[in-house]
Amino acid sequence: MVLKWLGRLLLLSFAAVILAPLLIVLFTSLKTTPQFYANPLGLPESLSFHNYQSLFDGQPMWGYFRNSIVVTLATVGLELLLAGFISYGIMRSGKRVGAAVFGLFAVGLMVPSQVNMIPIYTFVHKLGWSNSLTGLIIVSASVLLPLSVFMLSGFMKTLPKEILEAGEIDGAGEWTLLARIAFPLSAPYLAATAAFLFVIVWNDLLFPMLLLNGKDKLTLPLAMLQFRGEYITDYPVLLAGVVVTALPMIALFIFLQRYFISGALAGSLKG
Amino acid sequence: MKKYAKLLPFFVPGIALYLALFIYPTVTGFYYSLTDWDGLSPSYQFVGIDNYTNVAKDIIFRKSIVNNVKFMVAVVIVQTVVSLLLALQLSKQKKVNVALRSLYFVPTILSSVSVGFIWTFVYDPSLGLLNGLLEAVGLSSWTQNWLGDTGIAIFSIAAVQAWAHIGQMIILFVAGLQAIPEELVESAKLDGATRLQLFFRVIWPLLAPAAAIVVSYTTIQSFKAFDLVFTMTGGGPAYSTEILSTYIYNSAFMNYTFGKASTASVYFLLLISFITFLQFRALRTDRVSY
Repeated sequence: MVLKWLGRLLLLSFAAVILAPLLIVLFTSLKTTPQFYANPLGLPESLSFHNYQSLFDGQPMWGYFRNSIVVTLATVGLELLLAGFISYGIMRSGKRVGAAVFGLFAVGLMVPSQVNMIPIYTFVHKLGWSNSLTGLIIVSASVLLPLSVFMLSGFMKTLPKEILEAGEIDGAGEWTLLARIAFPLSAPYLAATAAFLFVIVWNDLLFPMLLLNGKDKLTLPLAMLQFRGEYITDYPVLLAGVVVTALPMIALFIFLQRYFISGALAGSLKG
Repeated sequence: MKKYAKLLPFFVPGIALYLALFIYPTVTGFYYSLTDWDGLSPSYQFVGIDNYTNVAKDIIFRKSIVNNVKFMVAVVIVQTVVSLLLALQLSKQKKVNVALRSLYFVPTILSSVSVGFIWTFVYDPSLGLLNGLLEAVGLSSWTQNWLGDTGIAIFSIAAVQAWAHIGQMIILFVAGLQAIPEELVESAKLDGATRLQLFFRVIWPLLAPAAAIVVSYTTIQSFKAFDLVFTMTGGGPAYSTEILSTYIYNSAFMNYTFGKASTASVYFLLLISFITFLQFRALRTDRVSY
């Protein structure tokens, strides 16, 4: 009985630990700067969207959103195609070839981005791809291949082989089998992988920071780092930025929770 | 063989990009580590293993390793214990449990930059929530300069790292708990097992594989943390939060010593491989089945 109440107390306390910082950020973003300094921890007296106004007036926020959306959608789309193809190839190859290709990518799982960020940076500059969203998309998609091949081929292994064999007997070529059978049957897995990758790419700081520098090319996390320089003493505006950049992700999460959670489950197994 | 020819188009684009933009750079990284390149000039000298000896002697590099270990140990303990305790309360598929799991998961989907800003604000010594709350409940003596004090800054960031990832680990533990057959738990209860006995004798042995995954994932994830430290302190004050990944970044892009930074990357890779290996040995649990 005591344990049961202790358990409930724990759940409630942790809910408070999660919610309190998020709520104080939301409240602060709705205060005017004088209100904030007069009473930093109180509830906002009246809702003021002034900080949001000055953020959108002072910054090309829509441009940052556009960059983040373009980079994220293109990277995740390209990633699903490339990794989906490879995972399909692994599934359809014999044991030895499949294991060799899988092994090639598994090696990459061991190498964190911090290890190859310097040579990637210099190589991209040599190629003349720096400060280009396309360059960032191609680099991000390549760097994420080990993780996505790991996730997708793990999923695809569980597809029933008989259906593909039946299709083969009916004379379907590999592309037809992929487009008509393997990808449609993997749809929930592709969605879970996409959700997991979406969070990684949308929130990525390292590669945008290495590869982008023009103000018109920044993605949201990178833009936020720059705001800090400009609004260093102005928490309300800075935190309005946090709210604005978090909202799309939270909205997506509310609608697509299932995929976020199954993606996180599968993605965490790589350790 | 004909079959592989047909599959080749599926392999070629991905493998080509992976070799060009992942494997090739990783290998050139080793090459840079043997040079004195500054990252800008067209020419550089081959210096053999000089960087390796110099970096190994660098006090800040050594300090970063110590900080990395402090950070990792703190995150692994807090993140594993708290997520396990919470998962034990949340394993039943009830509506309120599902809602709480989602709530706890929210920080996971925020960017580290946002999380870093949120907590820089919460930790603010004069305007922040944490010191404000401590003062409100009469614990003024507990207030700290959470990110400005060289003794505690690294642990303050470790707490944030755990805050942001506990929800994800709960999902893993809950999946492990839900895989435990209900009959086993019921029959242990019928035999009069107390809750603690139930946990240590029945649940824990079956949960060990999930716990091994949580611990190894958390270890690697915390060892290679970058964004959060970079956003919150950038390695300061006085290098007290400098970790290997910020050391590499700063050596390359602040001090323009690409050769030295590449060497630190190689050390980093060796360390992370070593930790993975140790873990593999230690956590290789024999799966229990009844």
